[in-house]
Amino acid sequence: MADPMKIRAVMQSGRVEVKILMSHQEETGLRKGADGELVPAHFISNVSVSHAGREVLRVQWGRAISKNPFLQFAFRGAARGDELTVTWIDNLGDTRTDRITIA
Amino acid sequence: MDNSRRDFVSAGSLLAALIAVGSKAADLAQSPSNPWNQAAFEAKTVADALKSLGIPVAQGGGEVNLTVPEIAEDGAVVPVIVRCRAAGTRELHILVDKNPFSLAASFFLPDGTDAFVSTRIRMNETSNVIVLAVTDKQTYLARKQIKVTIGGCGG
Amino acid sequence: MKPGTSRLALTPSRCEGLIASEGGSCSPLPLAGEGPGVRAMAVGVRNRRGLALLALALLPVSAHAADPTSVYRQMLAEDNPAELAVAHGQQLWEQPRGPRQAALTACDLGQGPGVVKGAFAALPRYFADTASVMDAESRLVHCMVTIQGFDRQQLAAAPFSEAGAPQTDLEALVAYVAAQSRGAKIRVPQSTSEEHDSYARGRDLFYRRAGPYDFSCANCHGADHLRIRLQELPNLTRPEGARSAFAHWPAYRVSQGAVRTMQWRLSDCVRQQRWPQLIFGSQASIDLSTYLGVLAAGGTMDAPSVRR
Repeated sequence: MADPMKIRAVMQSGRVEVKILMSHQEETGLRKGADGELVPAHFISNVSVSHAGREVLRVQWGRAISKNPFLQFAFRGAARGDELTVTWIDNLGDTRTDRITIA
Repeated sequence: MDNSRRDFVSAGSLLAALIAVGSKAADLAQSPSNPWNQAAFEAKTVADALKSLGIPVAQGGGEVNLTVPEIAEDGAVVPVIVRCRAAGTRELHILVDKNPFSLAASFFLPDGTDAFVSTRIRMNETSNVIVLAVTDKQTYLARKQIKVTIGGCGG
Repeated sequence: MKPGTSRLALTPSRCEGLIASEGGSCSPLPLAGEGPGVRAMAVGVRNRRGLALLALALLPVSAHAADPTSVYRQMLAEDNPAELAVAHGQQLWEQPRGPRQAALTACDLGQGPGVVKGAFAALPRYFADTASVMDAESRLVHCMVTIQGFDRQQLAAAPFSEAGAPQTDLEALVAYVAAQSRGAKIRVPQSTSEEHDSYARGRDLFYRRAGPYDFSCANCHGADHLRIRLQELPNLTRPEGARSAFAHWPAYRVSQGAVRTMQWRLSDCVRQQRWPQLIFGSQASIDLSTYLGVLAAGGTMDAPSVRR
């Protein structure tokens, strides 16, 4: 399983401010490795964030996202102490889910 | 969220196949259900990407705002912040004109989620970064050029 | 790396901290207490090609030019991807690992066993148990070997991650340890004779011209407003320059998508000087850190930072 994400979810003026750092190599498929061959594309393609069983953000990413992807957004309808779930899937089928309590 | 007004071209979507097979069911139960838009993400021009996204020509400007550095020290990591003031913003998309594949990111916003996202993209060279905001009524576009430098010996 | 001696003794067959480049000889260094009059490298003291290249490479920055990268760096500094390495490093510090299945929580980084907070800001320093001056990286390796039973050769052979590979354990640990000194005043000690000698050797190395281009660290880092292409070079002979450099390493290098350490930074500079390879954890590498750290006294640690 991939390394854990670093997630910050903080209540601020009635909305939850969410910042996520994901640990991922994000290979574009356009880089040549030490052997001169193209390193195969390996990047996060989908991200989903949900709260109380309801999706609050859906993301699709291409190969132009930087290594160790960063994502920030905000939403309403949650409270301090609620749980937030973040899941990513990459183009090779690897996946990672992390949960955090909203501060 | 209303998807019916556009067709997602999802030929050969790896994700759809995975979901169908049901491997790692527990994980996939929480995974995005929307298949990755392969055609859009493999389009080589902005125009082709927009076609695959089913987004018509943008009708407006000012409502969507793009915050980026004027100069990026390294094209490997370029911060991009997108905000849209228009009500009912459903989608935000980030494209890079001169990248080998133009579409970098698509964000889908349910009710209650702010029309605001921040992420970091790769840029191949100095280029325009284009953002599109799609609301129930129309689409908005903003564009800014980011200069990508070649650095020296590191700092 | 063996416990350092207080002198660097160099012969063509054995170079402390430097190895011979292919076909080349090892650069001799003065023994502590010796003045100038050092044996010059084979290519000659006044190397025209080197000077010409230097002139081309070092372009004076206009005194009025604003830093074009400050907006870019600011946007990345909050939510630094290095935080992932810091989190991983904390795990590595706390978990029982290695052949001895022991945690690093007994490791003494200079403030007492297990004390991480503030330790990075006071390294390099003298350690009685090894009778040598050690930096954070050599001390971490020492603890991984003596407490956890890892193999020293293996750790020293590949301390830094390759492109496209995850951070090494050492990089993650350095990131974690450095982060626990964020905000602390830089106070690299000069209390023992060994620490004094380390500083002196580091200073001598800083000003030593060597290699096919006759470059010293001072050529690039000994004057104001120098840059290589668009990369500004800090003047390390000024307190502000030294503090800025010492405070910000280790750093997340966006061009590599990885946390890079001070030992890495030094070895990469040495490579670009066309010097023989700087051995990881060698006394020479530690001495350069001592020299810089003492010059940086009074600065405030802020690592890991974001760098190009």
